[in-house]
Amino acid sequence: MRTLNRVLEGIGSTILLLLRSVAYLPTLPRQFGRFVEQCYLIGYTTLPIVAILSFFIGSVLALQSGYAAQNLGPKQFIGLLVGLTMARELGPVMVAVLLTGRVGSAIAAELASMKVYQEIDALETMNIPPARMLVMPRLAATLFMMPVLTIIADLVGWFGGAIIAKYTSFIAIEPASYFATMRQYMDFDDVLNGLIKAEVFGFVIVLVCCNIGLNTRGGPREIGAAVTRAVVASLILILVLDYFVTKALM
Amino acid sequence: MADPQTTRNPFTDAESQAVGVEIHDLSKRFGQVEVLKQISFSVAPGEIFVLMGPSGSGKSVLLKHIVALEKPTSGRVLVDGREAASEEIRETVRMALVFQAGALFNSMSVYDNLALYPREHRVTNEQGIREKVMRALQILSLENAHQKYPSELSGGMKKRVAIARALVMEPQLMLYDEPTSELDPVMSATISEIIATLKEQYHVTSIVVSHDRELALNIADRVGILMGGRLVFLGPPAELAQPKDPRVADFLNPRIDLQNPRFKQLET
Ligand SMILES: Nc1ncnc2c1ncn2[C@@H]1O[C@H](COP(=O)(O)OP(=O)(O)O)[C@@H](O)[C@H]1O
Ligand SMILES: [Mg+2]
Repeated sequence: MRTLNRVLEGIGSTILLLLRSVAYLPTLPRQFGRFVEQCYLIGYTTLPIVAILSFFIGSVLALQSGYAAQNLGPKQFIGLLVGLTMARELGPVMVAVLLTGRVGSAIAAELASMKVYQEIDALETMNIPPARMLVMPRLAATLFMMPVLTIIADLVGWFGGAIIAKYTSFIAIEPASYFATMRQYMDFDDVLNGLIKAEVFGFVIVLVCCNIGLNTRGGPREIGAAVTRAVVASLILILVLDYFVTKALM
Repeated sequence: MADPQTTRNPFTDAESQAVGVEIHDLSKRFGQVEVLKQISFSVAPGEIFVLMGPSGSGKSVLLKHIVALEKPTSGRVLVDGREAASEEIRETVRMALVFQAGALFNSMSVYDNLALYPREHRVTNEQGIREKVMRALQILSLENAHQKYPSELSGGMKKRVAIARALVMEPQLMLYDEPTSELDPVMSATISEIIATLKEQYHVTSIVVSHDRELALNIADRVGILMGGRLVFLGPPAELAQPKDPRVADFLNPRIDLQNPRFKQLET
């Protein structure tokens, strides 16, 4: 019962924060410095790990599908399989998970500590709304960076798959035919589909992490608890939203 | 702050108007604990009101009600005749609270801490902001600390930065939460002088929570003493010389009694 109350309260305050932050969108031009700083932070912290992980995910997709198809004859479809799975599903989900771990947790920790040490209170007495200064630039930066990260994840994953497909002895298909099937049976809609997903995930993760940080109450101990809550909530939301967004886009 | 230019309202460019505070029957509870019990008093525009009282008596909570960081459980808090928590007050009255712990922005340098308010409210250009900030730092002998980060400052320096940050806001109503508690006697005297000067020259209304008797006796127009969530004394500082209430007398002039120490009286 208490947990349910807290979840409902959380949803309510998240929606409120969403409305407030969106209302401050017109202030983006004069907060451009903050926007760029947040973009840099998101890119800087997540790009290397996104590249490494998507390479391995693409590789393992190629390996598994190649293994499953050993006795089936034509293996060119591996290109299509890796291409579609990366673009529509694993690219955006993986970027979202990494965003949670690297960016969402940092946001929750930073805002929670600002709350605990009364910096948020100080902002309010200065009539500087935290939604304007702290939340809106982060949301805008996330919306800007998610497609970039996802496209990079897709590309690296595809190439990882291609390399493995060529050099694994029981698969051994040339990159040319791997990419040819991909190009033939996939269209831009598949990639766009993934980009929309990534935008939804990123936006919700950052919003929820901001909200949990800003609503921290109590002493320094609560900062750690807020981070845990933010990460868990984000991971759950990614998986739940994944289903609904996939369904909605079909 | 001798330059009359700096008193102008940054939003309207009009001269600052002093604002008063009225508190009617204010009660506040946190869960089962009643921290403030039916407090009523008012602070006139341009007055310096010093609020004293033992720690834990609810002084900080009371200040937070005036800047609408806490909402009354019952009763009303009015600033300039209007509800303190209203949007209108937030937009039209410049209030600054010097937090007990400073509440400096830890991710920003001292300079940026001070410059945040004028930048966000687009008070003047960067050059004008620089002048205001450096002047406030100078007043509090902090010129050399402007590039430092809060984590590199001592407790007393943090407090002074917090005061400087509030000065840059050019508030009509200044609230100080124990501004001199971590400062040496000379710096404490400087703070008292600043508060008095703001009143004399700019009609800034000040509410000062402090245990500093020098400050109370020298600059206060009136003093209130809060004990256990109630206002047990309210009057001019001269009356503090012979308080009628024995609790007040003991609070102001605690005798150190080694034969019969207070903590032993509690045990029996
Ligand atoms: N947010 C809060 N939640 C619960 N209790 C609080 C809160 N803030 C203050 N209190 C309690 O209110 C009382 C008064 O606190 P405070 O106003 O900080 O005292 P002081 O007079 O020393 O400034 C204390 O007993 C404190 O524990
Ligand atoms: Mg206090």
